[in-house]
Amino acid sequence: MTDTARILVFIDNLAGALHKVQHELLTLARSLGEPVAAVGGVPDEALLAELGSHGVATVYRPAADLEDSLVAPKAAFLANAVRAAAPSAVLLENGFGGKEIAARLGIKLSSGVITDAVAVAPDLSVTKSVFAGAYTVVAKVTTGTPVITVKPNTIEAAAAGTGGVPQVVEVDPGDPGPAARIIERSPKPATGRPELSEARVVVAGGRGVDGDFGPIEELADALGGAVGASRAATDAGWIEHSAQVGQTGTTVSPQLYISAGISGAIQQKAGMQTAQVIVAVNKDPDSPVFEIADFGIVGDLFKVLPQAAEEIRKRKG
Amino acid sequence: MDDAATLNIVVLVKYVPDTQFDRQLDSGTYTTDRSESILSELDEYAVEAALQLIEARGGAKAGNKVIALTMGPAPAVNAVKKALQLGATEGVHLVDDALAGSDAAGTSLALAAAIRRLGPVDLVIAGMSSTDGETSLVPAQLAERLGLPQVTFAASLQVEDSTVTARRDGERQAETVQAQLPALVSVTDQINEPRYPNFKGIIAAKKKKITELALADLGLEPAQVGAAGAWTAVLSAEPRPARSQGIIITDEGDAGIKLVDFLASRKLL
Ligand SMILES: Cc1cc2nc3c(=O)[nH]c(=O)nc-3n(C[C@H](O)[C@H](O)[C@H](O)COP(=O)(O)OP(=O)(O)OC[C@H]3O[C@@H](n4cnc5c(N)ncnc54)[C@H](O)[C@@H]3O)c2cc1C
Ligand SMILES: Nc1ncnc2c1ncn2[C@@H]1O[C@H](COP(=O)(O)O)[C@@H](O)[C@H]1O
Repeated sequence: MTDTARILVFIDNLAGALHKVQHELLTLARSLGEPVAAVGGVPDEALLAELGSHGVATVYRPAADLEDSLVAPKAAFLANAVRAAAPSAVLLENGFGGKEIAARLGIKLSSGVITDAVAVAPDLSVTKSVFAGAYTVVAKVTTGTPVITVKPNTIEAAAAGTGGVPQVVEVDPGDPGPAARIIERSPKPATGRPELSEARVVVAGGRGVDGDFGPIEELADALGGAVGASRAATDAGWIEHSAQVGQTGTTVSPQLYISAGISGAIQQKAGMQTAQVIVAVNKDPDSPVFEIADFGIVGDLFKVLPQAAEEIRKRKG
Repeated sequence: MDDAATLNIVVLVKYVPDTQFDRQLDSGTYTTDRSESILSELDEYAVEAALQLIEARGGAKAGNKVIALTMGPAPAVNAVKKALQLGATEGVHLVDDALAGSDAAGTSLALAAAIRRLGPVDLVIAGMSSTDGETSLVPAQLAERLGLPQVTFAASLQVEDSTVTARRDGERQAETVQAQLPALVSVTDQINEPRYPNFKGIIAAKKKKITELALADLGLEPAQVGAAGAWTAVLSAEPRPARSQGIIITDEGDAGIKLVDFLASRKLL
């Protein structure tokens, strides 16, 4: 890898501060070459300073405001930013939005797209897991500029410490074509807890909480973690859908996943079995979740969780 | 909601290995082993969404159509048959040896060509993700190739006159999005409760038309699709070592403390 190899990171917000996973993307980009960024609007000074602290010397932005439409305008702008920057790879976040922008970018540039990366090597080969974590696969883009969406927690974020202010380059926003307009947005209420997909600790509850997420939240807060849920719990309306972990919810790979009152169906496992350490609390000793648990407790979550939370608070003083 | 205009819907159904069984990658080619396969359970939500839309407009009798389209090897026709049993009005099976090993780019190229050949459609409805590929790339790539507005990850869906409106639950916010027909929609498992086929549906399905298409019918060359035309390649694949079962204890009144001891021993506090 020559030191002119540029790695373009797409940053989907216009104001500082960067999200944790954006710090990770920029750190990863720096490990692969010279990081540059594309921002879908006019970045404010705080954002530019943050990008500068990651060693980003050039930021591409659209020369005119993008339409408030779903995906298409961002993909059209990003394609032009890639043409201007001529990077050796493009990195995006792995959420719905990032994957969809990546998907359209791939077609516009005739470039291969790889999603769900957990590691990107200097030769731009990508490690990911497939079949709900059953296989680890190494894949590579063979045509065009590699477009890669990267999962959270793949790299320890660190600033470069060389904070210059990046130069801003305007590019033609391009033509998004027919697009769906966003006519209303409702931001998620802030919980004060880390974001589920990014959290280092997740405590999740299922049908076994029987309507009461109190013990789950208490333990999550004692550990500084996020709250997750099974689909049975979100379908019952005990907690919002965005807390759902699994095949059709959020995929998490935290250092610690504590599953309480969850049986461990395949669709739930799909979203959590790449966690480094799994703890399960379940009344039923035959529950399949115990097959993947590093530490399993056959017991009542309403007794075990509060006791653990209390003990953690005691030890932390 | 009675709408004078009829709807012409293509619903995308994929034939995938059943997630209830252990799934395998072929060791030589790293392609998916497709024995024990079914209609992807996430595509059942797409079929249901299509059926609800046409039923609100008088169904097939009133001239509405739901065409179930699959791309896959010979047995993939079973995904189409299941959709027909549920109530889709006709089926299309895109099948060609050259398609084996297609990535999302190749799949979306071939599906886009097949959809164009079906003539004007109002809506293309897909599932949120295939349960084998799990990339969610195909719907957005199809929208790009067909020049359609994309309304993806819809958790609710309404069509009135020529406007489609959907709610989508993003990571950081919920959004309501709107587009003009024709449009491409993908739906999540929040959108509806898929029906089961009934006896009448199973009998009726036997008389429904299934059209087989090959690459030549679409004006595509073998080199554009399949492993040859893929823009990505799998270099290696290894089964993840099975998670070995750890320590299991039964609560004797102090399991909460033991849990904290365990976390401390793993430096997780
Ligand atoms: C298309 C599709 C997609 C899906 N996607 C997802 C997904 O993304 N995520 C997901 O989670 N599921 C998903 N599901 C649902 C999945 O199949 C299971 O139905 C679901 O995960 C079950 O949730 P549960 O474990 O909370 O409930 P159950 O299976 O009912 O298990 C409840 C558990 O709680 C235990 N319990 C009860 N009381 C207590 C107590 N006091 N203390 C301790 N333990 C107790 C019981 O022993 C039991 O094991 C999906 C299903 C389909 C068909
Ligand atoms: N081979 C295929 N045949 C028909 N539909 C497909 C095929 N591949 C993907 N799709 C559709 O695209 C959706 C998303 O798939 P994917 O992008 O592979 O995650 C699926 O739910 C299907 O509706």
